[in-house]
Amino acid sequence: MPDLLLELRSEEIPARMQRKAAGDLRKMVTDGLVDAGLTYEAAREYWTPRRLTLDLRGVTARSRDVHEEIKGPSTTAPEQAVQGFLRKAGLFDISQAHIHNDPKKGDFYVAHLSRPGRSAEEIIAELIPAIIRSFPWPKSMRWGKASAKPGALRWVRPLQSIVCTFGPETEEPVVVDFEVDGIRSGNITYGHRFHAPEDIVVRRFDDYVSKLEAAKVILDAERRKEIIRADAVNLAFANGLEMVEDEGLLEEVSGLVEWPVVLMGTFEKEFLAIPAEVIRLTIRANQKCFVTRPGDAAGDEAKLSNHFLLTSNIDAKDGGVEIARGNGKVVRARLSDALYFWQTDQHDLPDLDTLQESAARFDLDLSKPLDQRMARLDRLGVTFHAKIGTQGERVARIAALAEELALLVGADPKLARRAAVLAKADLQTEVVGEFPELQGAMGRKYALLQGENESVAAALEDHYKPQGPSDHIPSDTVAIAVALADKLDTLVGFWAIDEKPTGSKDPYALRRAALGVIRTLLESDLRIPIIEVAYRQRNRWVDQLLEHDAGSGAGDRLSSSDHTDDGRSVARDLLSFFHDRLKVYLRDQGARHDLIDAVITPQSDDLLAIVRRVEALGAFLDSEDGKNLLAGTKRAANILAAEEKKGTRVADAVDASLLKQDAEKKLAAAVNQAEKDAGQAIQNEDFSGAMRALSVLREPVDSFFEAVLVNDPDENVRANRLALLSRIRAATGQVADFSKIAG
Amino acid sequence: MSNAMNPARSFQGLILTLHAYWAARGCAILQPYDMEVGAGTFHPATTLRALGPKPWNAAYVQPSRRPKDGRYGENPNRLQHYYQYQVILKPNPSNLQELYLGSLEAIGIDPLLHDIRFVEDDWESPTLGAWGLGWECWCDGMEVSQFTYFQQVCGIECAPVSGELTYGLERLAMYVQGVDNVYDLNFNGVEGEGKVTYGDVFLQAEQEYSRHNFEFANTQALLRHFVDAEAECRALLAAGAPLADGERHRMVFPAYDQCIKASHIFNLLDARGVISVTERQSYILKVRELAKACGEAFLQTEAGGALLRAA
Repeated sequence: MPDLLLELRSEEIPARMQRKAAGDLRKMVTDGLVDAGLTYEAAREYWTPRRLTLDLRGVTARSRDVHEEIKGPSTTAPEQAVQGFLRKAGLFDISQAHIHNDPKKGDFYVAHLSRPGRSAEEIIAELIPAIIRSFPWPKSMRWGKASAKPGALRWVRPLQSIVCTFGPETEEPVVVDFEVDGIRSGNITYGHRFHAPEDIVVRRFDDYVSKLEAAKVILDAERRKEIIRADAVNLAFANGLEMVEDEGLLEEVSGLVEWPVVLMGTFEKEFLAIPAEVIRLTIRANQKCFVTRPGDAAGDEAKLSNHFLLTSNIDAKDGGVEIARGNGKVVRARLSDALYFWQTDQHDLPDLDTLQESAARFDLDLSKPLDQRMARLDRLGVTFHAKIGTQGERVARIAALAEELALLVGADPKLARRAAVLAKADLQTEVVGEFPELQGAMGRKYALLQGENESVAAALEDHYKPQGPSDHIPSDTVAIAVALADKLDTLVGFWAIDEKPTGSKDPYALRRAALGVIRTLLESDLRIPIIEVAYRQRNRWVDQLLEHDAGSGAGDRLSSSDHTDDGRSVARDLLSFFHDRLKVYLRDQGARHDLIDAVITPQSDDLLAIVRRVEALGAFLDSEDGKNLLAGTKRAANILAAEEKKGTRVADAVDASLLKQDAEKKLAAAVNQAEKDAGQAIQNEDFSGAMRALSVLREPVDSFFEAVLVNDPDENVRANRLALLSRIRAATGQVADFSKIAG
Repeated sequence: MSNAMNPARSFQGLILTLHAYWAARGCAILQPYDMEVGAGTFHPATTLRALGPKPWNAAYVQPSRRPKDGRYGENPNRLQHYYQYQVILKPNPSNLQELYLGSLEAIGIDPLLHDIRFVEDDWESPTLGAWGLGWECWCDGMEVSQFTYFQQVCGIECAPVSGELTYGLERLAMYVQGVDNVYDLNFNGVEGEGKVTYGDVFLQAEQEYSRHNFEFANTQALLRHFVDAEAECRALLAAGAPLADGERHRMVFPAYDQCIKASHIFNLLDARGVISVTERQSYILKVRELAKACGEAFLQTEAGGALLRAA
């Protein structure tokens, strides 16, 4: 069966788009052929910076003839219906239709349509131009003369040529002829831009690949990657070095070359004074080169050598001496910028006198560089969020909260405040300006350089943790206090301005922040009263707004938020968001969601207690006592619910004088005792104890239902017995809402 | 070839070689625009001429000012005033990449000795309301040019698309001369007595302008000038507006000068650090609005391809 070779050759395609584009091409072509009634045996896509290629094997040469009948209206139907049928069936005249007979309906029209099979070439010639015109590039462009008119072809960069050949292995393939915006398909491609600029006539995939390779183009990106990786590792090893692997960079670099040649470049050792991460990012971001470590520092992330590995796209006449030298020059220039940033960040800012007011506000020491940066962050009024306010205001709130939380998490409040005050200072450093991903990490380095307490320095980096579900939570108590304060303040802020996550939209990563709080509390055994904290933090924000607006005379932020509410509703709503996130988290951990629902009430603002309750409840329900008590409680609740629905009177309290049978007397006594004991245990946060206290109810509840008829003819007795049932519900309800538990 | 004209021996030789190369390919060789601009793109020969249907091929050197990039003459690579070589071809010829590579060969860069690469770089000028797709062109890892297919300029769709090439002349010269410090570049090609270096011409100016940009530029005055330029731009556009429907606009270039001026003042204020992040956005928007208004007016001129209404 015939094979199809398709190559779309263009000017350089951005590396990050190549893999997906080639995949899209395969999918669109194969889907299109299948839709048109063809089949194929195998399809594989390839890409280089200058081409997307599809190798499609075993395509059927023709699509099958298709016969189809379309039923129409009765032969006696009105003209309008007949016309509609003709349009639908694509007939010109009703004489083209056949007449069938049905015993029930009588005579009616039927169109016999037969679409003859089409040749694969014809289908391909129609399909490919349509795909090219509608190709899903993330960004595409127009070019050249054709772009003067609307509707011009768009491609990621100018499309230069199309190879499209088709034919069985045993025959000379033919060119599938078509044209897209003046580009005519053919069987000619070109090799490496500099090494092999001549045209190459190709027949099918096999000779295409080998001719390209002879013309210094390695078509398969995976092979290019392997060559780069292996050559880089070897070249490093031969020089007593270890390559610092970087999968993302490798993928990118393999998309920048058609003929990879790995070379080694060098920079001056004095640049190694710059932190390793800054060197790596500088060389990676700007130069797309790999860094290396000395062989004897294998695995040590903080240590780099002054050699780097670059991937060139040519086999240079001089073996790459000039290329390595040139790259070294650029790396040096970039590193001298980085060194300048790194040193500038450790020096005084020019306008210190303008920073006094901000320094006083945060109790900053303007002789220290990081303190100066924080003062400038405040002084410049850098916006955190237009409606929430400035970074300075935010830091002030976080610091106040961190200081409060310190007491709850066992950190030194002074250190927590200090760490919070400096937490965002590195946003004003040059290095973070250049590499935003280093926020936090740089703060820590600069803090250590200016002699901050180690916990404070660590908190500057760790308060961003956990960054995702797989990241660790902070371990030091100071970092915990700041991390919680930072995340809670963010959540409260966005809740206060009513910008909560909706559906899949969560642009400020608020779900992640909430999950971070949850994990930090649970994994560190901490409890904080969320409603109270949220309420007070929200008031801090309102106070700042009032102060700010009093100062500037502008009331826009205040008027845009509903501050007439006392903030309780914001806090409550945020708590319910925490409940939702907690449920998701616990479910992921394998907890039963009905148990979670059973223990959470809108007031449960101690997340750790919720988890403990769920655990205790789960264990209890696994026991015989638990199962039976659940059944008994549910029975009581069902009876009550049914009677309440009927409007039957339920006494307000159990009247001991109306208790007649032993079983109900015993139950009343047991309920009183259990309620008291369980309540006491809950006060002590002993949830297993509370469960044990409830478990003594099992026997009296069972006996009650066995011996006592709730529906006594005496209305007062009945009301009293229903009251007794409601006491069971109340007693168990202290621990969990048993009605929400399955089973 | 005398060293005074040799692209590998003198800064001026590099410029002259590029002029000769692009002149031979049909470009009008223009002179720098006589105003402070941040990049060659701001020259009306690019910004305005990229609009409308009329073909346009031009090349020129444009001194470019980036106040924030000043380093008091202490950084061997970074300057607050430097030269861009700008080529604009409208519509872009289909072999523009080859033409560009030819220009590199003309200045002595052998593509089988040096690693020339086209690396994705989507160009955008928020102040000009312009964007395009293209690349940074690398020579041995160094960005030596920007290569852009303009898609939109002044917020207006380009039809047809222009190809824009921007060469960083100092970098290229350092490369071909084999010099590590920009101030060591040979400017005039003379060796020994009579040699003029880039430093001889510009070092003192770099030091003085760095002081000016970062420390002494009068921000109060600049803030006023910004407001004035903005108002003047709008006033000129209004005064030159077509007298009747279908008539031409009569004062686009002078108005556009005020837009350029506002943009440069903004850059200076930015270097002085008096613009907060939120304000920054609003300044950029203000300049963009001016650029848009100028672009729209340009389309109503002869150079912009406006057809006069049949009398």
